[in-house]
Amino acid sequence: MCHTFPALTSDRSSRICSLLYKHGSSMASNSSGSDSSDRQRIAQQRLSVIAGHLQRPVEGNSGILAAECKAQGDKLDVSSERRTVPRRRQEIMKWNGWGYSDSKFLYNKKGQAEFTGKRYRLSGMIIPGLREWMESTFGANLQHKTPAAPILNSSAVQPPTLNEAFLKELKSTGIPFSHDAEDRVFRSHGHCLHEIFALREGKIGRVPDLVVWPNCHNDVVKIVELACKHNVCLMPYGGGTSVSSALECPPEETRSIVSLDTSQMNRILWIDEKNLTAHVEAGIVGQDLERLLNESGYCTGHEPDSMEFSSLGGWVATRASGMKKNIYGNIEDLVVHIKMVTPQGVIEKSCQGPRMSTGPDVHHFIMGSEGTLGVVTEVTMKIRPMPEYQKYGSVVFPNFEMGVACLREVARQRCAPASIRLMDNEQFKFGHALKPQVSSIFTSFLDGLKKFYITKFKGFDPNRLCVATLLFEGDREKVLQHEKQVYDIAAKFGGLAAGEDNGQRGYMLTFVIAYLRDLGMDYYVIGESFETSVPWDRVLDICRNVKARIVRECKDKGVQFPPLSTCRVTQTYDAGACVYFYFAFNYRGLSDPVHVYEQVEHAAREEILANGGSLSHHHGVGKLRKEWMRETISSVGMGMLKSVKDYVDPNNIFGNRNLL
Amino acid sequence: MASEAVYSHRDPMLKKRDDFEDILEERRNSSDLRYALKCYTPVLYKGLTPCKVSELKQMVLQSDQLGYVITQVSKEKGMTTDEVTGEAAAILEEMAQRLQLSTVRFFAFTLSKVFKTLFRSICVNEEGLQRLQQAIHNHPVVLLPSHRSYMDFLLMSYILYTYDLALPVIAAGMDFMGMKVVGEMLRMSGAFFIRRSFGGDKLYWAVFSEYVKIMLKNGYAPVEFFLEGTRSRTAKSLTPKLGLLNIVMDPFLKGEVFDISLVPVSISYERTLEEALYARELLGVPKPKESTSGLFKARKILSEDYGSIHVYFGQPVSVRSLAESRVNRSQFNLIPRHIPTRPSEEILSFVNDSAYRLVRAQEENMVLKPWVLLAFVLLQKQAAEDKQGTALDELTEQAVWLRDLSRHYGAFLHWPDHIPPSEVVSSSLSLHRGLVRISEGRVQLALEQVGGQQVPGETRSAITPEEELLNQAVVILSCVSYRNQALNIFIRPALLASAIHTAASNRKQEIYNGFSFLRNMFSNEFILCPGATVQDFEEACYLLVKTGALQINQQEVLITERGHRTLAFLTSVLDPFLQGYQVVCRFLCEEDCLTEKQFIPAVRKFIIKHLLTGRLRYIEVLSSDLQKNALAALIRLGAVQKIKGGEEQGTLKLNKVMLNSLEDTLGKK
Repeated sequence: MCHTFPALTSDRSSRICSLLYKHGSSMASNSSGSDSSDRQRIAQQRLSVIAGHLQRPVEGNSGILAAECKAQGDKLDVSSERRTVPRRRQEIMKWNGWGYSDSKFLYNKKGQAEFTGKRYRLSGMIIPGLREWMESTFGANLQHKTPAAPILNSSAVQPPTLNEAFLKELKSTGIPFSHDAEDRVFRSHGHCLHEIFALREGKIGRVPDLVVWPNCHNDVVKIVELACKHNVCLMPYGGGTSVSSALECPPEETRSIVSLDTSQMNRILWIDEKNLTAHVEAGIVGQDLERLLNESGYCTGHEPDSMEFSSLGGWVATRASGMKKNIYGNIEDLVVHIKMVTPQGVIEKSCQGPRMSTGPDVHHFIMGSEGTLGVVTEVTMKIRPMPEYQKYGSVVFPNFEMGVACLREVARQRCAPASIRLMDNEQFKFGHALKPQVSSIFTSFLDGLKKFYITKFKGFDPNRLCVATLLFEGDREKVLQHEKQVYDIAAKFGGLAAGEDNGQRGYMLTFVIAYLRDLGMDYYVIGESFETSVPWDRVLDICRNVKARIVRECKDKGVQFPPLSTCRVTQTYDAGACVYFYFAFNYRGLSDPVHVYEQVEHAAREEILANGGSLSHHHGVGKLRKEWMRETISSVGMGMLKSVKDYVDPNNIFGNRNLL
Repeated sequence: MASEAVYSHRDPMLKKRDDFEDILEERRNSSDLRYALKCYTPVLYKGLTPCKVSELKQMVLQSDQLGYVITQVSKEKGMTTDEVTGEAAAILEEMAQRLQLSTVRFFAFTLSKVFKTLFRSICVNEEGLQRLQQAIHNHPVVLLPSHRSYMDFLLMSYILYTYDLALPVIAAGMDFMGMKVVGEMLRMSGAFFIRRSFGGDKLYWAVFSEYVKIMLKNGYAPVEFFLEGTRSRTAKSLTPKLGLLNIVMDPFLKGEVFDISLVPVSISYERTLEEALYARELLGVPKPKESTSGLFKARKILSEDYGSIHVYFGQPVSVRSLAESRVNRSQFNLIPRHIPTRPSEEILSFVNDSAYRLVRAQEENMVLKPWVLLAFVLLQKQAAEDKQGTALDELTEQAVWLRDLSRHYGAFLHWPDHIPPSEVVSSSLSLHRGLVRISEGRVQLALEQVGGQQVPGETRSAITPEEELLNQAVVILSCVSYRNQALNIFIRPALLASAIHTAASNRKQEIYNGFSFLRNMFSNEFILCPGATVQDFEEACYLLVKTGALQINQQEVLITERGHRTLAFLTSVLDPFLQGYQVVCRFLCEEDCLTEKQFIPAVRKFIIKHLLTGRLRYIEVLSSDLQKNALAALIRLGAVQKIKGGEEQGTLKLNKVMLNSLEDTLGKK
């Protein structure tokens, strides 16, 4: 079976690999012999899919070794050693933009857009349509550049306010820490527009005074004890992908702020194949978790768009949602057991029963607590055997209304594929602009033919049509059957199947779209996405009204160019859907573009709430959306949360001031 | 906040208004037939999904809203849903418009002929029409014209056709349905018919509101209706009716459209076609039922000169901006939107405030003719029992004085400044020669002449003093209907002037209290936005101080030397109303048992008696409009209680103590 893991090279991995093989065969002994070869095929397929999403270089495996955590040394660590996230994140990631340092969009000497690096399918490719799209959509111009500050100027960072007594005791525990300026700046922000914009301008506000890297649960217990003892403010840090200002240091905080970086707590501690669960340290990032589980033939199926960088603990703390929740569920459906360290001690349940009637579920105080109550250290999660077969697909609808009607019907029949997403017309065009250069004349001829068929023959208006992307998963026969069912429903709403390529490209874009914002920011274009959830009967209304509100607010606030205001329906539920809005504009001529941006986003959120949308589907509240919490959950609801906070953390050790 | 704009202290004189263009001029110079057959391609709503009249009906019948009510009604009445749906379809059939271009073209042709005979000009502000076109393109539009004449909605459609704008669908009262042919013609030109009262009928309400909402939401056509609900017989704006406004705002409040544009339209007639008709109606001669033959009798109207019409399309008002920071739209999040719910207090008060705002916007852009000012002078003289009439030059002097005053107060006065005032006056008088008599250079109201216009078969000699009084009253009330056109300009200063007049001291607080009392008393009579007492007081003070009539400091209000004339005039503006309300109070004090139905005839008899004995000065208090408003005010204030239900349904319970004290307060001079 080892040969199916070409990505793994070290001796240690091979050993584990064989270990896993045994696991696999012992399982297989219960069933027919063909299963093990099936499993191999599945694993292979799955890996190629993941590799497709996230093509990573095989070599350069410089992840540091997990420090031995004595307390857990005797436990079985089933995971391989390769890590994505080093302690010094700056070694592989941008300090003032999204993602890996080696991957970014740029305009080459010929003025063509290009995506650098080797990690992604799009890497190294020319994207011929992007420039024209940017110019026509935003009125952007290659002549008008707004370059970012190239390097972090450490002198702009405030010297740390250190709590010497705390530091002294921390040293004695041997837990690694740092007060290096770069380390601190890295953990002072998420990826909200205003945060990245400020970094690009070299502006740095309040940053944590110290970063600590616990290696295991017990390290966290020690750190929290010391923090309580010395009244130090702790801010848990997972993957740093927050878009709710949750990682912003409260400027009014006078205590020493310690960023508790969980990235080194990244092991899968055990896999229980009988119950299909895995016990995992909460600092693990999504791509590592999936990769490591895949090695054992399993997956969690939890794939938020940020899964390359976001961490398990972060998902729990923000009530995350994954693209394939239709099969696997959202984080609250996936979690079986949580261990969290709070100032009052450790909270965890005594058993792993699949459902309990023991009063309000205490997990729900933890999920969505956004780092205000403690640090999630270990989580037991459901796992599933990797799917045998995966198939992308897409459907073109004559207009957005028909598309939404189709999604609603799919939800009504409860036959949603692993993922189904509906993009509006603007986003369809945007997706088109991101098509890489085609190598053969034949492909472009086919594209032309398809376009002709849809617009001329079927009479779809190119300015109204929209597209749904689909992802099916499961065993082959069922997938094909399922696919037919969904396409039949789509046909009732005027939908035409538009091929696997379009679908696959749609999902690939979710990983690179975040990189695209950095390109925009190089040319006076700023933007962001935000989301909501809304009952079915309101989906069309909310989409129309929020998009129109954005356009109007931009005009009122003096934005000189028409903004990009677009949306997509990204999740379906029995009673409603999740809607994502993308909003970007060219800010040339504005003196305070970020302020304008924030005003517009604020207005858009007001509009969402007025139209029956929720404050957030999965991004969380953080500090960005705090002001609407009371009207969202009522004063009594606020009091409930407040009283939990008061009991668990009376001295506000976990003082990031999110949520409440 | 949006609503503050109305009360802003910007100088009303500086109000920017568009210029007018006469649309009849072109009609006089080119072929009406070619005009009626011209190419008509209006700009439509950008979100329009085109649909036919029949599809529209299907959409209504299949809507969730109606479906819900049908199920409800079928359960309540024990009928099958099919039967109830059948009923709903019948209601819809009776209601629905059948707008078709050919009928509109027919009207375009005939109305061109009629308008050219009746009117000297029809002036419209073209900039307003451009704004309207933009509004129609961007959002669903509601047209809200003022309502002074049957002509109003034909005129509206005529203008929109002329300017190649989308033709509206118009909410019309069912009374038109009586006119067989005409009713159907109107239907085909976009009118849809609603019953005057259908209070308890759930099904009717559901069909009606859904029908209007669907036409509006889909951008099928601009929806037109009259905020005042009916034609104002007095030329004063009527207290707005909220039902339809509530319906058209609902799609915005529930998030079904991004915004809705409300466009107030002010239509002012130099001479109203229904002038004497209204006066008779107010005096108790019931209005003739609308009938086709009746309309043909009206042909004699065709031989007269009705001057000009001014139609001003106001600034579109965005419902979204009206609702901003006023309405919490998330209140609709918790109940499915297709389930009919009673609007909350918050919504009701929002709709009410918006309605007042819109009526005020209509008032603001009403064009006033010089005759309106002459009516003030002539009526005041008449009431002063000046039998000789007014000398022409004196009349001119007074009119010029009033012209300047009204302009300071922001009146949209069309006084041709390039013509000597005396000519302006005499040409106005000649247009309204039916109402005035000029002899030996002196002008007075033609009170005696009226008897001359006899109806055949009636004998001259049989005239009683009472009949003579009523004949005089017809002229007076006709004249009053012109004077009333400018009342909204003077009402706030007039309330202040009366408050100053009755106050025992110069203390500002006391005067404010008096103002507040009067404003409250008369809020059924004039358009006074609820809850805006302070703003109205400040506006009145501002205007009177600005024109130098008053000096106001922290504590005191002082009348200046030159202010006496202004204050005397303003006090006299309110006088007839004070006297009218006072006499209604007196009447009620002397009554023991009275039903609502008996009220008007009885109070009329009481007033006639007092007029004939000379105890009342103002003949205009005979107006049933004033009497009804007074009763409504007294009910609102709790001096009279209307008994609902039971044996004594409609009986008025009178609080004598309160009525007495109100009478005293009103009569305090």
